[in-house]
Amino acid sequence: MLSHYARRRLINRFNLMISAIAMLIGLLALGWILWVLLDFGFKGLSLKLFTEITPAPGSDGGLINAIVGSLGMTLLATVLGTPIGIMAGTYLSEFGQQGWLAPVTRFINDILLSAPSIIIGLFIYEIYVTTVHHFSGWAGVFALSLLVIPVVVRTTEDMLKLIPDTMREAAAALGAPSWMIVTLITWRAAKAGMLTGVLLAIARISGETAPLLFTALNNQFLSTNMNAPMANLPVVIFQMAMSPYDDWQSLAWSGALLITVAVLVLNILARSLFKQK
Amino acid sequence: MAHHIKFSLRNVDFYYGKDHALKDINLDIPSNQVTAFIGPSGCGKSTLLRTLNRMYDLYPGQRAEGKILLDDVDILDKKTDLNHLRARVGMVFQKPTPFPMSIFDNIAFGIKLYQRLSRSELSDRVEWALKKAALWNEVKDKLGQSGYSLSGGQQQRLCIARGIAVKPEVLLLDEPASALDPISTARIEELIHELKTEYTIAIVTHSMQQAARVSDYTAYMYLGEMMEFGRTDVIFTNPSKKETEDYITGKFG
Repeated sequence: MLSHYARRRLINRFNLMISAIAMLIGLLALGWILWVLLDFGFKGLSLKLFTEITPAPGSDGGLINAIVGSLGMTLLATVLGTPIGIMAGTYLSEFGQQGWLAPVTRFINDILLSAPSIIIGLFIYEIYVTTVHHFSGWAGVFALSLLVIPVVVRTTEDMLKLIPDTMREAAAALGAPSWMIVTLITWRAAKAGMLTGVLLAIARISGETAPLLFTALNNQFLSTNMNAPMANLPVVIFQMAMSPYDDWQSLAWSGALLITVAVLVLNILARSLFKQK
Repeated sequence: MAHHIKFSLRNVDFYYGKDHALKDINLDIPSNQVTAFIGPSGCGKSTLLRTLNRMYDLYPGQRAEGKILLDDVDILDKKTDLNHLRARVGMVFQKPTPFPMSIFDNIAFGIKLYQRLSRSELSDRVEWALKKAALWNEVKDKLGQSGYSLSGGQQQRLCIARGIAVKPEVLLLDEPASALDPISTARIEELIHELKTEYTIAIVTHSMQQAARVSDYTAYMYLGEMMEFGRTDVIFTNPSKKETEDYITGKFG
């Protein structure tokens, strides 16, 4: 008996060690990335970043046009995608028990969720950009909202499924119609989780480059015209980091730092929201 | 029977998909009395209770056949307005299910569905319901707090208060005390005694002592069939069927 117990202890230790090593490798990679990012990003950090537009190589400038473009397109894409995502997720969880529509929608949504974002960009390019014949902020918004929707659909459905049926039955037992049960009881009970999903969707799109390359493209100047090409941090980073100019490369690092910090803040916010529940 | 009949079940069959869960149930539930349903797990007593407010309708694949007359109107009829039916036939569940809102709003939720009351009328009604459910003294200073902040026994009384606040005619209790400690159970049983003057009560319970304590009529069910139904004192002292006697005396189940 003792030898059997000793064997189990040994296996336990071995497995613990392996998982600890795996965790360390992951952490090391993340730490390294963050360290390089902070090192290079802080060098170029200055107030000009938030006041001046992207410069020509060799001259002074900042990233304000890209920051404004990114914030605006992210905001609009979230505003556009969230209601659709919440409605669809609610349908899947609350109304789609029967028939083929819900399983098919869920399957397609899972595909959309894991679709390479460059495909989403190409899709919008093909159906929108080529019809209006120019890149634009709106095209970028459409592409990004297509990325928001599946994330929100999935988290909304998952969070609503966590609400026990007894809660819905209790509301139905009082004579509440189903639309009221959903809006006043289940949504409210799942609020924190659903909001977390929206925040995670924002975090996901704020770093996307590929879907914007074919849609919003870029803009040298500060522009709020949604029907014209629009600057945004990911594409600016992409172009400046690829350039041979030192000052552009430094700006790219600073932009990368900005995005990372924003995503970090969103993730922490999402986490603390979910914990509150 | 001397009492007016509130519910009258005629040849009721119930199916979970292909599973035949209730078999040809015939039963009269008297008005302003407590009727208890007892029997081993899976005998169909909860299923029967859930046909009385058609709670099963929330789930596709579950269906009832036959006739269930509530004040002589068949509620299994397609034309039945389910929300209206459920406003008349309230239900309290095994596990306390407070809504994610304040204690006050938990009670007010059901009231606001069917009545337009002024602010003061509404708070009067909430107070009335909480007093009826013997919870008022414990929560009157914290009506704005979340319903989750209450203990299990208090949450269950909150759910009962919520159920009676809409002034239903019938109250269905599905093992309302099985998750509670003896003291909370005793309070709920006292409450059932008081409530029957105004409501018709049907209670499902696993505890035979509880059925004997609170009910006027008892139905013994087994494997989806109604084995015996009658006055509680008769069922418990002089049952007419051997199976009922075996279950009640603990030889079986």
